[in-house]
Amino acid sequence: MINELFFMNGYAVYVLSAFSFTLLSFLGLYLVTKMQFVKEQNKFVAKFGSLTTEQANSAKSQRINKEILANVTNN
Amino acid sequence: MFKLFEPNKIFKITSKAPKYVLFLFIVVLSVGLVEALIISPEDYKQSDAVRIMYVHVPAAWISLGIFSSITLLSICGFVFRNKNFFLISKSLAPSGFVFNIIALVTGSIWGKPTWGTWWAWDARITSMLILALFYAMYLIVWRIYDKEEKVYKISTIITILGIINVPIIKYSVDWWNTLHQPASINILSKSSIHSSMLYPLLIMTAAFALFSLLIFLMKYNTELIKIKNKGLDRL
Repeated sequence: MINELFFMNGYAVYVLSAFSFTLLSFLGLYLVTKMQFVKEQNKFVAKFGSLTTEQANSAKSQRINKEILANVTNN
Repeated sequence: MFKLFEPNKIFKITSKAPKYVLFLFIVVLSVGLVEALIISPEDYKQSDAVRIMYVHVPAAWISLGIFSSITLLSICGFVFRNKNFFLISKSLAPSGFVFNIIALVTGSIWGKPTWGTWWAWDARITSMLILALFYAMYLIVWRIYDKEEKVYKISTIITILGIINVPIIKYSVDWWNTLHQPASINILSKSSIHSSMLYPLLIMTAAFALFSLLIFLMKYNTELIKIKNKGLDRL
């Protein structure tokens, strides 16, 4: 079976390169998107840390800000 | 109704969903790969080269579906003056573009053993290349313009112009004599593909759809945090 998979009647080079290109594209897009997400999340935490207590309380009144901070702590 | 889908309300779901979608994607993709590379039979004419179909066709379907969705959402964004529609469109575009590139590259790889050439200026292939250019223009517009209103306007115009190309892609194989084969799967009439090949194709399509959902969720969350970062600057 392994031989069949790596030979495929002589078409393995085409089939496996098409599948490899697809999977590598998936991996690349996933990593780039993840990096952008982590970068923005870290930027948010850094900005939040530099706020005064009053500003921080005001920011925390928004549900979404609380969620972002909670996600960072969970990760 | 749109208030139900406001970013502030749905972030709790969109921020937690990616890990579950990633898990489901890995499971479905693993099953799909085994089906596509090992279990499904070879074609009587194309032999094992037919297996390229399991990545080429889902990628093409999803890139067309995403572009159609982007167009619809952009128009809705304009009609209902709702920024969230534009945000969803923007988050969908990267995976749509990557699927379009995958369809072009895997199609080119498939072309070599079946047609004897990597590339032909065939109606289907050329119209898919044009779609990739529209995707690229759409993504570039979001990068180069700062003013939101301008971006919304230009990106919507690009999608409206680009959507004209979608029926051309679909019917190019019927309208012109092309190297590309006609559709084997029809929703309204009987498909000419055997179930032993149809099921792996549908499983791979489900895996690709889950991947685009995963990227969409991650990108959407990133865009929301970006907006919140700007909000913190204004405090």
